[in-house]
Amino acid sequence: MHEMDQLSTAWFWIVGAIKVLGVFTVVMLAVAYMTLAERRVSAFIQDRLGPNRVGPFGLLQPIADGIKNIIKEETMPGTSAKLYFVLGPALAIMPAVVTFAVIPFAAPLPTPIGRVDMIVADVPIGILYILALSSLAVYGIVLAGWASNNKYAFLGGLRASAQMISYEVALGLSVIAVLLLAGNVTLTEMVAQQQQMKLWFVLPLSLAFIFFVISALAETNRLPFDMPEAESELVTGYHTEYSAMKFSMFFIAEYSHVLTASALMATLFFGGWDIPFWTGDDMFWHEGRLVRGFDDAGAAIPATPSLLITLLTLVSFSAKTAFFVFLYIWIRWTLPRFRYDQVMHLGWKVLLPAALGYIVLIAGAMLVLDQLGVPFGRLYGLVLTGISGATTIAFLFFVDRDRVIGGAHGNRAVARRRAASRVGGSERRAVSG
Amino acid sequence: MAISVKVMRRPEPGRTSYMRATLKGLSLTFKHLLKVDKVTLQYPEDQPELHPRWRGTHRMEVHADGRPKCVACGLCPTVCPANCIRLVGGEDDQGNRYPIVYEIDEFRCIFCGMCQEVCPVEAIHVGRHFENAEYTRDRFVYDLDRLMEQDHPTTLLWDPSDSRSE
Repeated sequence: MHEMDQLSTAWFWIVGAIKVLGVFTVVMLAVAYMTLAERRVSAFIQDRLGPNRVGPFGLLQPIADGIKNIIKEETMPGTSAKLYFVLGPALAIMPAVVTFAVIPFAAPLPTPIGRVDMIVADVPIGILYILALSSLAVYGIVLAGWASNNKYAFLGGLRASAQMISYEVALGLSVIAVLLLAGNVTLTEMVAQQQQMKLWFVLPLSLAFIFFVISALAETNRLPFDMPEAESELVTGYHTEYSAMKFSMFFIAEYSHVLTASALMATLFFGGWDIPFWTGDDMFWHEGRLVRGFDDAGAAIPATPSLLITLLTLVSFSAKTAFFVFLYIWIRWTLPRFRYDQVMHLGWKVLLPAALGYIVLIAGAMLVLDQLGVPFGRLYGLVLTGISGATTIAFLFFVDRDRVIGGAHGNRAVARRRAASRVGGSERRAVSG
Repeated sequence: MAISVKVMRRPEPGRTSYMRATLKGLSLTFKHLLKVDKVTLQYPEDQPELHPRWRGTHRMEVHADGRPKCVACGLCPTVCPANCIRLVGGEDDQGNRYPIVYEIDEFRCIFCGMCQEVCPVEAIHVGRHFENAEYTRDRFVYDLDRLMEQDHPTTLLWDPSDSRSE
């Protein structure tokens, strides 16, 4: 049976092509339904009903929107740079769609031709591929903003470049903590490590998770950080001049990013397709064989893949991803937009040093644990959980209440405090009362 | 009720926890998400309840024998601030005045309801009605027959002695 574990080269190509088609279709469908989910959730949050006319519960709305967008007239501003204007949406959508390729979405599936990994491309550079390609997304936006020859679009593009570059740093640094703990950059390996640790990385790396969520929100230009679009300031920012399918492509790109970021959160911090409290689904490749883990003597225990496990893990992964997509939407309809300087302040002065410090802390803690000879497992994770938990609480306490980031009232509060200390205590009480 | 100004008592900025505020906001939006009672009116199925003093498109009251109640006195075109009523009056053998032409341009109309208020014989009324869509603009000039055909409820005019329509 073990001879059948890996696919032959010919089958590898055929299965690969099927997976590419399948995942692309599913991602596009998911993106379409995320637009519906966004509209419905936003409506429900605002005590409305949202689109519920096209099909049952409005389920055909995304299809109607798609048809409308294809039929609509394509406008091309007379003063735009034509080539780049068309290139913009194409460049925006491409990286957004391809990043999903390295995310494993279920346990390997046993088939008569071998065991099929449920991932489009298990490339050895894994997360680096995602970081590299997701940063390409900014080119599409900047190009669109510049080529539109419109001041609002241009400002949107500028903001997008500044913001995405700033938060890429924090995003990358928060991922480094995960890489340290997993000891690998491939996402399949990260899932396996989380299974072997019997603890999802969100606990031992809680602060990295918080950094990742914040940076991912900023990276995908979603609402507390939607500076590039900022309706109230920039019309709609970089896609002001776009219409019909070209506009739709920016939309698809944004939602693909959200989907990928949600899937990444699930994979990096919530065990990917792992089903909690069950070791039956644990499996990873070890010396050409699919194993569940190692017994005390260090011998590999063969894994037992089955169709059922693959389906269950797929459900698990989808549920986790859907939760984060919902979290994105939920946050969008709760929090107001940051001011631009606050976004930059948070990115460079808070997240960057904090993430750097956290890497040092985690690396140090891991070094100490390794020196003490603590085996990689639940105890290892729990010690890190304690350290990270304390750091997270300290960080949140430190950042909160105007200690680091102030709102629009920040300077006013300082001025008031100064004035109060000059006049004396009684005046101060009068001000605050 | 006396006019009052609501004074917002906000805590000092430095004492406000952003984390708590964020979590509070998230829980508030989540509560609304789960709220069953939505404000949306599913329009074509559910009709809105129009106020008794809602002023919509006009209708002309008719006698039992089908003649319009209008006596062509000319008060409504005179009082109409938008000048949207065209009236050409005539007189029959018994000396009863009646409208030969009575047209209201509903596009020009500002729905002030003064025509109904001024009418001595309670012939012209504004109605509690709002579904007026047509395919062409000329369909919005309602002639006498069209006005007589309308069967929607008429508006209850404001009564100074019963200012709240109770």
